[in-house]
Amino acid sequence: MRRFLRPGHDPVRERLKRDLFQFNKTVEHGFPHQPSALGYSPFLRLMAIGTRSGAVKLYGAPGVEFMGLHEENNTVMQIHFIPDQCQLVTLLDDNSLHLWSLRQHSGASELREEHRFTLKGPPGSPPSATQVTAVLPHSSREVLYLGTESGNIFVVELPSFRVLEDRTITSEAVLQRVPEDYCNRRSCELVEALREHPKNPDQILIGYSRGLIVLWDLQNNKVTHHFLGSQQLENLYWQRDGSKFISCHYDGSYTQWPVSSENRQPEPLENLVPYGPFPCKAISKIYWQTTKNGLPYVIFQGGMPRASYGDRHSISVVHGSQQTAFDFTSRVIDFFVIFSSEPTAEFDDPSAMVVLAEEELVVIDLKTAGWPAVHPPYLASLHCSAITCSHHVSNIPLKLWERIISAGSKQNIHYSNMPWPIDGGTNIAPDPPQRDLLLTGHEDGTVRFWDASGVCLHLLYKLSTVRVFLTDADPNDNMNTLGEDEWPPLRKVGTFDPYSDDPRLGIQKIYLCKYSGYLAVAGTAGQVLVMELNDEDAEHVVDHAEADLLQDQEGYRWKGHEKLKTQDGSVRFEAGFQPFVLVQCQPPAVVTSLALHSEWKLVAFGTSHGFGLFDHQQKRLVFVKCTLHPSDQLALEGPLSRVKSLKKSLRQSFRRIRRSRVSSRKRQGGSRSASEVQEANAKFDQDALQEMELAPVQRKIEARSAEDSFTGFVRTLYFADTFLRDSSRHCPSLWAGTNGGTVYAFCLRVPPAERRMDEPVRAEQAKEIQLMHRAPVVGILVLDGRSIPLPEPLEVAHDLSKSPDMQGSHQLLVVSEEQFKVFTLPKVSSKLKLKLTALEGCRVRKVTVANFGSCKTDDYSENDLAVLTNLGDIQIISLPFLKLQIRYPCIRKEDVSGIASCVFTKYGQGFYLISPSEFERFSLSTKWLVEPRCIVDIPEVTSNNHVHKKSGMENAARKS
Amino acid sequence: EFRRFSLERSKPGKFEEFYGLLQHVHKIPNVDVLVGYTDIHGDLLPINNDDNYHKAVSTANPLLRIFIQRKEDADYSAFGTDTMTRKKNVLSNVLRPDNHKKKPHIVISMPQDFRPVSSIIDVDILPETHRRVRLYKYGTDKPLGFYIRDGSSVRVTPHGLEKVPGIFISRLVPGGLAQSTGLLAVNDEVLEVNGIEVSGKSLDQVTDMMIANSRNLIITVRPANQRNNVVRNSRTSGSSGQSTESSLPSSTPNILHEEESDEEDIIIEDSGEPQQIPKAAAASESLESLTQIELLHESTQNGFLPSLEMNLNHSAGSISMECEVRDPDHKSLEEDGTIITL
Repeated sequence: MRRFLRPGHDPVRERLKRDLFQFNKTVEHGFPHQPSALGYSPFLRLMAIGTRSGAVKLYGAPGVEFMGLHEENNTVMQIHFIPDQCQLVTLLDDNSLHLWSLRQHSGASELREEHRFTLKGPPGSPPSATQVTAVLPHSSREVLYLGTESGNIFVVELPSFRVLEDRTITSEAVLQRVPEDYCNRRSCELVEALREHPKNPDQILIGYSRGLIVLWDLQNNKVTHHFLGSQQLENLYWQRDGSKFISCHYDGSYTQWPVSSENRQPEPLENLVPYGPFPCKAISKIYWQTTKNGLPYVIFQGGMPRASYGDRHSISVVHGSQQTAFDFTSRVIDFFVIFSSEPTAEFDDPSAMVVLAEEELVVIDLKTAGWPAVHPPYLASLHCSAITCSHHVSNIPLKLWERIISAGSKQNIHYSNMPWPIDGGTNIAPDPPQRDLLLTGHEDGTVRFWDASGVCLHLLYKLSTVRVFLTDADPNDNMNTLGEDEWPPLRKVGTFDPYSDDPRLGIQKIYLCKYSGYLAVAGTAGQVLVMELNDEDAEHVVDHAEADLLQDQEGYRWKGHEKLKTQDGSVRFEAGFQPFVLVQCQPPAVVTSLALHSEWKLVAFGTSHGFGLFDHQQKRLVFVKCTLHPSDQLALEGPLSRVKSLKKSLRQSFRRIRRSRVSSRKRQGGSRSASEVQEANAKFDQDALQEMELAPVQRKIEARSAEDSFTGFVRTLYFADTFLRDSSRHCPSLWAGTNGGTVYAFCLRVPPAERRMDEPVRAEQAKEIQLMHRAPVVGILVLDGRSIPLPEPLEVAHDLSKSPDMQGSHQLLVVSEEQFKVFTLPKVSSKLKLKLTALEGCRVRKVTVANFGSCKTDDYSENDLAVLTNLGDIQIISLPFLKLQIRYPCIRKEDVSGIASCVFTKYGQGFYLISPSEFERFSLSTKWLVEPRCIVDIPEVTSNNHVHKKSGMENAARKS
Repeated sequence: EFRRFSLERSKPGKFEEFYGLLQHVHKIPNVDVLVGYTDIHGDLLPINNDDNYHKAVSTANPLLRIFIQRKEDADYSAFGTDTMTRKKNVLSNVLRPDNHKKKPHIVISMPQDFRPVSSIIDVDILPETHRRVRLYKYGTDKPLGFYIRDGSSVRVTPHGLEKVPGIFISRLVPGGLAQSTGLLAVNDEVLEVNGIEVSGKSLDQVTDMMIANSRNLIITVRPANQRNNVVRNSRTSGSSGQSTESSLPSSTPNILHEEESDEEDIIIEDSGEPQQIPKAAAASESLESLTQIELLHESTQNGFLPSLEMNLNHSAGSISMECEVRDPDHKSLEEDGTIITL
């Protein structure tokens, strides 16, 4: 080891660093932020989702994931897979088309952008002439039909995107044989839909927005049928045999049209307004699927009665007498139905409906009675209630893992058993190295347990703390309780529910002991719950204690929220983690730090006022310590006073603006011209601008002092068995670090196991360290005699860690936002330091000990500190010598919520939120790397076709 | 007591080593002393840094007379021009105390006994348009008292004149340390903080760096007013205008990151009295701890005494010494017994 300690470029160390550290952003978990388009390939059995930021993500079987990003970062408007190909075309809102391919590269498939193209009209033509509104990839796989706003349809060759001008279908050509009275009433307007005939690839159905629909013969370049719709068209759908098609309309109606060789201008077979007779909203998409029993499935989006249900985001499924209007929690972006795609099959036989809503993906099983939802293995909506904190636990013992899964499976009984229907591609990634749990705390008082072992972040179990408290919300407020004869037959689906009943329920800190199954959860109103895993439902009373953190502070007025009221008597809890102790901090300020020691059966918690220690075995408060500085008036009055003053100043500034607006309006008088008004407005803006220039952003340079506000805020709590008083005897200890750079150490006396219930746990303050730079303490760690961080509680008992070295002298590492400092123990003397902020101007936001293994040899691993700074950089700092090893830019420094949400794992990986609904997973380790690796093979049938690609057109012709 | 020993003229070494040597030859390792020498004009001049020590060695012809006095009863008035000729008067003063009463001496403390609040440093290595200012915060209640802002300045680059973003002092708090020094002014551009360039760093980063260094803040500025710049030639006129902090041309962070004696964190054991946390004993396990020892040594050197109220008019008990600077071929240190009494 010695030779690694020297500074500068030690080649051996440099080589070792390459074997240990490597930065990769590996996969995005969760639900894409602001999805804007959906595509599906029945041939590849892959689904594609486009987003407003220009990302395109492909999903197949669990673990099969691809992601591409359009350079322009423009909204993806449409996604179309090329039939029977590993290719797809995207249309962006800048009217550009992009061709993407899945190519195999070194054993795995990759998504790559191959070509881009923007349709250009003749010079001088308006932009609407070439604004693409509908895209039809032809089954020949050689051309793409592009319907435009002008009503013309352009034909481009694939993959070159060469425009075949002689094949353009102009609106004039279409209108030639349209009856004159119809033609006069309405022009063609934009092309709303293009659909290829399911049996005859030489015929395409063209729908124009004003209602005209024509069947176009590609061979003879002429219209064969006219369908004179009278309502504004939304979409078209061919029935499987090509004898009929359905059009759906803006007024909430749909129409069935016959296609036969006899009648070239047929009348509609049926015209229906499903939710009439009152005015309805548009039906924007419709499916008509045949089944063996003859009753079709009619599935359509929208069409709700405008006045009473116009705000619902619904998709209705009608099958004979069964009809359900699935009511989604957010706007429906698009949906598709999975049905038999075998060309030889006689019927559609739909199996599932996949709905992309703005905030979640919902899949409905259409085969099982009652049409239950299918639990998606990925694309989980992490933000169904806003995430307030996260906690990662690596390497979960199998026993606990199974118990959590079993608790979760009892919650998921209402889900369908259908295997995941989108199952294209093959996951070839190695099995995840270990079982990892990611716990997310939410604003609504729930904790969600995610399987974070692999590429698919999958919900295992959901814990709610709400039952312990009395809230205004009615627990029986069930959206699904609709009477039998309700009309429309709405059924709420999905889990997205961003509205919290009571913000005080929000979860702020989580600590799970993976060996004992003890879980501590703390929230916004100073509540701390200790829970135990129980495999059965149970009803019991939760022991309740109060911790007055102010003790003898006087003149205190808490202006914040009240504490939560608790349920009296026994409460019924479902199988899973069941609370048995509730500690409520007084004043009920948000819990800012939490530590649980499952071996000593102690839980420590801290707020902005102080910290306390609770013995959850004897259910007794051991001690509290007030950390408030007497002069910290702001903290004394409670945090809300500050918010209030901010509010006040905001209100004042608004008032000022309003006043000046009013006065300028007054000055305008009644006869003022618009230009004068504009002038006045411009002047107002200018004044505002000047005011801004007069007061530029400036920062005060001042040393921190003890009198600063919120110095008592407890940032970190840590249990350690170490040498606190003398070097001969070690004892349990509790360490706390505050915002003002103070570290408190308490010596604990925990009775031996046999007398654990008889004797009280005692605590005595042993040390108080004041860091002179007074920066907030964000981490405390004790290193053993071999300079290895002390193991977690029970880790040694479970033979998962070597017992710590109690022979050599221990060291204390205190990490503040600005510096890393190592002190000796038990006599505190400073040994080493690293002044990060003084050197680099960055501050520590998150710090964890991580174990890094070498990718070259199995027997070498070391512990380092993984540090995230306020600039979004990740630094790895060696232990115990505090040498910066490596630095990677990770998160944009402006992304404050991303930085705040970051969690590190114990093996050099991490997660942070890139949107309210998505975690980015990254890895700092060469050894532990979880990233998608998958293969999409072109099924047999097409690889033949692929070879004879040139004859594709003939093939298609023959098929018809 | 007199000591006579030799020193290599071409390699006099550092003042600290010399000081240690003096303590060694007088066997007074823990006594703080003042060191002075007589120059060619017979003036008693102080030796308290590398520069005047080297000057002293260079004036030795070949003998250099060094006087050392115990610090607590040093006669500060002894230093200065004509001190040696005045010595007799000093003696007569002692002999005739009434005379002494008539002319109360104006006491001016030694430079090292003042607590500096600010200094201009590194004049010799910086361009004349720049100024490196050190602000000493210590435990005073006086605020640092300034604000910084974003701005832009014009630089000469290979592509011609270019506007580049920069950090500027935007405001000085009246009565604050920054204002009271007179060395910083509004619109001065901040170029470095404790030796680290701020270009490319955001306002918040620079703020954090300054606050993190607030106990020993060294900022390099390009003053908005360029008329008061230090003229570099002043170097030759003695040690007054010069830097003692650093003499290397490259401003690496290590140089400017000296430890401040009062940076020490405080520990309260078992609810006892607050104490400063000492440095851990030197263990040769890492290079880091070695540098710690050096720094510790330095910080004791910088241990300033609040001295304004001290009565400095003692000359009794002082010890003087004479050393000889020998020719370079005499390598070893020698001690002989020549003793001169005052």
